[in-house]
Amino acid sequence: MGYTRPLLNRDKEAPITMLEPVQLAKFGVTELEAQHALDRLNVRDIDYADLYFESRTSESVSMEEGIVKRAAKSVSQGVGVRATAGEKTGFAYSDELTKKDLEIAADTARYIANSPQGASPVPVPTQRRPTRDLYPIERAKAEVATADRVALLNAIDAEARRYDPRIKNVMASFNTEYKVVAVATSDGTLVGDIQPLSRLQITCIAEDGDNRQAGSFGGGGRVGFEYYLEDNRHLSYAREAAREAILNLSAVDAPAGVMPVVLAGGWPGILLHEAIGHGLEADFNRKKTSAFSSLIGKRVASDVCTIVDDGTLPFRRGSLNMDDEGTPTSCTTLIEKGILRRYITDKLNARLMGIPLTGNGRRENYQSVVLPRMTNTFMLAGESDPQDIIRSVKKGLYAVSFGGGQVDITNGKFVFSASEAYLIEDGQITKPVKGATLIGSGPEILTKVSMVGHDLKLDNGIGTCGKDGQSVPVGVGLPTIKIDEITVGGTQR
Amino acid sequence: MHQGQRGTEPATITNGYGQLAANVLARAKACGATEADIVVADGETFSVQVRVGTVDRLTKAREKRLGLRVFIGKRSATTSTSDFSQDSLERLVADTCTLARAVVEDDVSGLPDAAQMATDQPGLDLYDETVLDTETQIDWAKRGEAAAFATDPRITNSEGAEFDSSSGRVVLANSHGFVGSYKSSNFSLSVSPIATESTTGAMQRDAWYEVQRKFARLASAESIGQKAAERAVRRLGARKVATKRVPVVFDQEMAGSLLANLCGAISGYGLYKRASFLLDQLGQTIASDLMTVYDDGRMAGGLGSRPFDGEGLATRKNTIVERGVLRSYLLDTYSGRKLGLPSTGNASRSVGESPSVGPTNFYLVPGLKSAQEIIGSVKEGLYVTELIGFGINMVTGDYSRGASGFWIENGELAYPVEEITIAGNLKQMFKDVEVIGSDLVFRGRIASPTLKISELMVAGN
Repeated sequence: MGYTRPLLNRDKEAPITMLEPVQLAKFGVTELEAQHALDRLNVRDIDYADLYFESRTSESVSMEEGIVKRAAKSVSQGVGVRATAGEKTGFAYSDELTKKDLEIAADTARYIANSPQGASPVPVPTQRRPTRDLYPIERAKAEVATADRVALLNAIDAEARRYDPRIKNVMASFNTEYKVVAVATSDGTLVGDIQPLSRLQITCIAEDGDNRQAGSFGGGGRVGFEYYLEDNRHLSYAREAAREAILNLSAVDAPAGVMPVVLAGGWPGILLHEAIGHGLEADFNRKKTSAFSSLIGKRVASDVCTIVDDGTLPFRRGSLNMDDEGTPTSCTTLIEKGILRRYITDKLNARLMGIPLTGNGRRENYQSVVLPRMTNTFMLAGESDPQDIIRSVKKGLYAVSFGGGQVDITNGKFVFSASEAYLIEDGQITKPVKGATLIGSGPEILTKVSMVGHDLKLDNGIGTCGKDGQSVPVGVGLPTIKIDEITVGGTQR
Repeated sequence: MHQGQRGTEPATITNGYGQLAANVLARAKACGATEADIVVADGETFSVQVRVGTVDRLTKAREKRLGLRVFIGKRSATTSTSDFSQDSLERLVADTCTLARAVVEDDVSGLPDAAQMATDQPGLDLYDETVLDTETQIDWAKRGEAAAFATDPRITNSEGAEFDSSSGRVVLANSHGFVGSYKSSNFSLSVSPIATESTTGAMQRDAWYEVQRKFARLASAESIGQKAAERAVRRLGARKVATKRVPVVFDQEMAGSLLANLCGAISGYGLYKRASFLLDQLGQTIASDLMTVYDDGRMAGGLGSRPFDGEGLATRKNTIVERGVLRSYLLDTYSGRKLGLPSTGNASRSVGESPSVGPTNFYLVPGLKSAQEIIGSVKEGLYVTELIGFGINMVTGDYSRGASGFWIENGELAYPVEEITIAGNLKQMFKDVEVIGSDLVFRGRIASPTLKISELMVAGN
């Protein structure tokens, strides 16, 4: 589902439309004022400074009990001002964008440099436009009338209830965000981007006597409203949420202990995000606090595993024309045939570690600092037939969908929790089982991947990644894979 | 560097925002709103992170935000902005009314009844005028981290130490004529050291923190750093254990997470949506008779205290569970009306969102046994000190989370364990609470003493 071009033949060229450059005037600031603030930051010890202007409009409508009850809209605008000196970062932000506020923020950010006031000029930023347009959506299409959103949710409610009379409640929400950013840097760039984002999320409650269960489904991306109506995608989401809830009514208790687990393609790629993705973010490795520190060039996965982080896929939730430091995003091979190749970086960590800049410097908003973060993280397709993978398991678990996951970066232990899973008995998928947490060790788990399917799927666009209290949209993807052994946290021996 | 203006100008801010709120409410009425309420919040934050002895990051900001909720008959919408200019606010009011007209009528929507609004607004000791200079705050973080390094030679690295101070004000006003405001502050230090095992190079991170409304009540930086180091070092050499059903002792923090799960299950929104495992249980036994739980919104200096809730109703002390019997849900006006019950004064409000339900100071009444005695009573079992992941199904109560802690043998902590899960069902787990400790300490809005659950499935090898 979602964007359907085959991934292995990804078109490296961006679509043709060129964005209008985002002008600072949009934020009520002149280029001279931005230049002046950067000059003020450019004291002796400062290696780098930037200004990040952001304007964001978020809207949501939600329904429950068959009626669209709530509508909300929020508008925010501000600037984050940052200076770095060695490993040190000074940061200030403001929701006022006057010349004076910029100066105060610049003086605060500069504090960490321990340098006297006395600015020296930085190169005059040259206005650039992003080199590609991965999400060419007209504003008119991004901003649909509330009435259309209400109609969308009403249709979802009806479809889910039609699926099965045991569906007793449908909760659905549709959220959109329209974000305009501009970054002015002391290394001489001024670049902006317009970043639309939307998401449709549905949860159904099924009841059969005293047995109650929930099922969820959703999707989205950097897409316009029409995306949800194409081929009645919104109705297929509703049926999926209803199907999961009804299925779980007959789920049996999950097993406990070490066993083989087959992960279906798509969203189960959250395994990669938790097990290795976070551990490969450069900040943890520069500080040597990651279980992956000093493992570049070493084997961390079986040779059927090649994993990339790719911010350049059109319309994807985790994609960006440029990261939040103005660096174009890229496709970075993290693990190649089992060997660890690269960390993902922002400017600070790339400079301090002397490694390539990968365009992964991201922040939740102007109030947050830049950190190295993932974009769309997935494993490339292998050669196995997914059916053969399931047939190869005598007794184990087949996990199709997951809730959330979490990792302890330092010892590498990670968890992720299944929301739809089945027992595999003698090579056959049998009973559905209740949700259970899977736990493993990041640097070891991928060495236990023995089969990789040819059926790579990306998730539908629902992922939000949290780090240091900051949430950013991300994508994951996976072909069907077999993990020879992992601990399953059920209740039954 | 910066001397904040906390404590010097609040009166004008209140007055200013009071007038601003009145203007916006009048504007909403003119646009057709039958009822409305407005929240204005502003504050300043300072944060310093130190890592391996040097300043890693210094952040400073002031911010403000305004949220508006309007009702047009039984329809409503909510909006927010950080732009307080007249143009922007006029646009906001117009947008909100347009949105409200686009949604469907909802029978029970509306403000609380006018007679219910809080009439007293006690101070509750939530605000501290102390303004710390930058150097003092850097010094706190440095001393916290240095103490961790000094505690044990196996502390070889650090995720850093962070000192935060923040203060802010909330103003809530509605078309019933209610205007309330309060100020609050927070001071906190957290230290996250990393311990390394010299033989294998394996690393373990842990952390300790403290947060207080008043600066003077903060424990010493040294004691926080030392505790963080001890927690990291004791995890070294952790291993998996065999899959087994055993008694499980939850330390205070992890017991608090179970209490947070209880809190979620009795929140009005989950209940009326039928998305909770504790439906229709008012007056029923839902837990061991050892358990009594209160939610007290007016505890002096409490991290969850506030004089009025997110709709302007007076906060209070509610008995939630009394010797195992569920006595009260947590409700705001909307979820209460859905369930045919009055609000419990638990409306929580983020600027720009409709009210939801949240705890104030939600705690389990302590028992008599020390943590040591509880562990001593276990022949073979698990002492849980960390839980990760989201394996909790609030509809069914099914529970499965990643855990680490210590294996208990003959009443002693024998060795650290990791890469295991614990699983059960919350409905049964609350009933299986066998012992409650005496060690209740408030370190957040939800607090619990150590507790022991008679049996859970531990999955490992």
